[in-house]
Amino acid sequence: MEISLNHYLVLSTILFAIGLVGIMRRKNLLLLFFATEILLNAVNIAFAAISHYYGDLTGQMFAFFVIAIAASELAVGLGLLIVWYKRHGNIDLDTMTSMRG
Amino acid sequence: MEKYLYIALFAPLVSSMFSALFTNTPKKQFVGIIASLLIFIAFGSSAILLSHILGGGDIVHVEMMTWMATGNLYIPFGFVVDQISVTMMMVVTTVSTIVHIYSIGYMDHDKGFNRFFAWLSAFVFSMMILVMSDNFAGLFIGWEGVGLCSWGLIGFWFHKEVATWAANEAFIMNRIADLGMLIGIFLVYWNTGSLQYDIAFPAMAHLDTSTLTWMGIFLFIGAMGKSAQFPLHTWLADAMEGPTPVSALIHAATMVTAGVYLVIRSNELYDLIPHVGLFIASLGTFVALFAASMALVNRDMKRIIAYSTLSQLGYMFAAAGLGAYWVALFHLMAHAFFKALLFLGAGNVMHAMHDELDPFKMGGLKKVMKGTWIMMTIASLALAGIFPFAGFFSKDTILEAAFAEHHFVIYSVLLFTAGLTAFYSFRLVALIFHGEERYKIFGIHPHEAYRFMLIGMSPLLILAMIAGVFQVPFFNMVEEILSAHEYHIHSHFTLFVMLVGTQIFVGLAILYAYRKYMSNKIVVPDGTSKMENSFMYKLLLNQYYIPYAYEEYVVKPYNELSAMLWEVDKKVVDASVDGIAGIFYNAGENTRDMQSGNLSTMLKWMVAGTVALLSLAVTFGLAARYSDEILAILSGLGV
Amino acid sequence: MFEAVAFYLFAFLTIAMFYITVTTSQALYALTALAAGMIFISAFFFILGADFLGAVQIIVYTGAVMALYAFGMMFFDTTREVKEKKGNKFIVVGLATLAAVMVVAIFMAPIVSTNMVAFYPMIEGAGNTQTVGLVLFTKYLIPFEVAAVMLLVAMVAGIVLAGKKMDLSLTLMNAEQIKEIEDKDKKVLS
Repeated sequence: MEISLNHYLVLSTILFAIGLVGIMRRKNLLLLFFATEILLNAVNIAFAAISHYYGDLTGQMFAFFVIAIAASELAVGLGLLIVWYKRHGNIDLDTMTSMRG
Repeated sequence: MEKYLYIALFAPLVSSMFSALFTNTPKKQFVGIIASLLIFIAFGSSAILLSHILGGGDIVHVEMMTWMATGNLYIPFGFVVDQISVTMMMVVTTVSTIVHIYSIGYMDHDKGFNRFFAWLSAFVFSMMILVMSDNFAGLFIGWEGVGLCSWGLIGFWFHKEVATWAANEAFIMNRIADLGMLIGIFLVYWNTGSLQYDIAFPAMAHLDTSTLTWMGIFLFIGAMGKSAQFPLHTWLADAMEGPTPVSALIHAATMVTAGVYLVIRSNELYDLIPHVGLFIASLGTFVALFAASMALVNRDMKRIIAYSTLSQLGYMFAAAGLGAYWVALFHLMAHAFFKALLFLGAGNVMHAMHDELDPFKMGGLKKVMKGTWIMMTIASLALAGIFPFAGFFSKDTILEAAFAEHHFVIYSVLLFTAGLTAFYSFRLVALIFHGEERYKIFGIHPHEAYRFMLIGMSPLLILAMIAGVFQVPFFNMVEEILSAHEYHIHSHFTLFVMLVGTQIFVGLAILYAYRKYMSNKIVVPDGTSKMENSFMYKLLLNQYYIPYAYEEYVVKPYNELSAMLWEVDKKVVDASVDGIAGIFYNAGENTRDMQSGNLSTMLKWMVAGTVALLSLAVTFGLAARYSDEILAILSGLGV
Repeated sequence: MFEAVAFYLFAFLTIAMFYITVTTSQALYALTALAAGMIFISAFFFILGADFLGAVQIIVYTGAVMALYAFGMMFFDTTREVKEKKGNKFIVVGLATLAAVMVVAIFMAPIVSTNMVAFYPMIEGAGNTQTVGLVLFTKYLIPFEVAAVMLLVAMVAGIVLAGKKMDLSLTLMNAEQIKEIEDKDKKVLS
């Protein structure tokens, strides 16, 4: 059957939802980052699909930049994570409540 | 002339403010002196104004500033000095000056010396506002002011519970009457469109009788409270808990006469409703007899004089009710002088006897307190109405007025009361100053008051003696505005018989009193004698059981009701207010958990927020897309 | 036909891999599944004709990002089982589903009704890489440069945050000082 844009969008949404589940569920900060990557990738698929079905390169460009940003975000994020780990010894979210109101 | 008005009005205020600066400090002599001086300045201004009015000058009418100008209601702070108010001003300032000077000596050892002068001068200021105001609203301000100052002065020794109770009773009774007064004032405004005397009274001539009757009745209810007419009279006797200068100033000369002033000021109204006037006169006569009867057996010196005041107020209302307004005003003036003198003399006696009030425990004081004895005797003679003292000219004119108007019942009751008045006044004088020195049994060592106090009281003595001279000039002065007419008994013979007969009757009463109470066989009654156990004696001594009735049938049920309503207040009002506060507090407590500092929870909230925003976007987007269809559906539903 | 098969196959695989990533309790499995998912996503890109993007996805994501994560995992003590709070599953899943439905609805709406106009249309004939290059270095030049700066900043930040003994600069010291430090270290170690 003909694969149309809708299929890709539905796929992208499903993946996005999985990503959301991940960030809501995960207590280990590193695994939280994994879920963030899933979100970004889902969005990338959507961009590429729209770009393909409308003959517009804007989508691919956007996906390209998203990849770049994801990479740099990961670098900084992991650096911070390392500093926290050195200071506190674990990266469990439930223990990181010093901002408690 | 205006500046004299303002000086007379505001000098007491300055005195009060000045004394109020020192209320928390120990007694300072200069406070009393400066206060008295300022009141004397007010007296001087009033005298100048009096001479101006007497000399045929114009009425002084000023509008100091606007109080309310809303819609159709216009009430200014306005003051007028006409014949009536200048008479009242003179009375008030004269007696106030003398009382202030007297208080310097009387309150000599009191810790609240400074506070006393603050309250006293504040009272004078309120009274001046009351008598000088040119509209009903200003009158009411002064009315309330004197009520407040009376409360503060009756309950001056606030650590004595009986004093605070008496103060509250006075204030609350006044307040009850004020309701009537306010309704009367509302009626005046509603029907005449203004509260100014010079606009409202002429406009009243065009109103129908029933409206005027209600107006008159309600205004009189206010006067009843302030002037302690039956049934709102119990506070006056209890008000004797205050210091004696207070009794002299407030409950003899000034505040209680405010009701009479109101009726006199509203004479144009009461002229139009003579049936209400007759009711007032009858009530006044009844009160005169009623109070005199209670004074016959009382054993509290100040209470006797208080009942005497009440009785004379009844006389004043009788005169005013019969249309003889100028006579009422004149009697007000004369009465102020000799009653204040009586009270101040009683104060001297109290001080000498270390606050003992039972005249049976005194006796033979004339040997030690000559000055006071002379003053009180002359004041009592004036009160009894013996020629040529002041009381004769005022009281007898009232009797003449009653006779001339053919109100013979009123006349005879008033005549009988005059006899009773003479009797109890001289009973008091005889018990205190004559006979055996019973005080020695109780180990009291009396001494005369300070000389300056006696000198200060002497103007009152002179006035009590010669005030009769003022009757004719007074009549000429007030003739213009009080529709005064002289009362002519048709035949001179009748008049002669009346006058002489009254004098003889009164004189016999005095002699009887002296004979009964001057003898050496008087002992302090101790509840065993036959007379003390007789029904009439008990009835009179307990004030016809009226205070008891009020306590049992008014105060107690009201207390119960208040207690019940307090429960409602706690359970409903407090609970709802606390509930509202509780809602906010609990909402805060519960949403505080949102700020858990836990990233995971925050992420969940973030997704929830996103979902919410997305739904809003979808809803509004759909609404925008299909707005036409939606409008069609809504209009179909009739929205 | 092939396209449909490929699409469904890779879709199923991707969803499965990502599902494992978010639900497993072993960190190592999560990492592996994530890496596999990345590869399959790049397959999608190839299906969609975005060759350059697919290649970049493999190199950057699967290569660099996953390697970084692997190093991170070695650093943190993630061999233990990851304990999860016994939170409310329904809220989590429910919220996610709602969000997904919303997004689909939003995306469906304008596509069904309005037309979309291409800003940077694909050029027929030229390959994907050439087209990307053309657009990237003309229209998207500034974002490109900014992204470069950002990557530089991220790199420096990563080094600063994670490095040790950054207060001493070996290039600015002369030989004796370096020797001193080495001796001190040796003493500590021995």
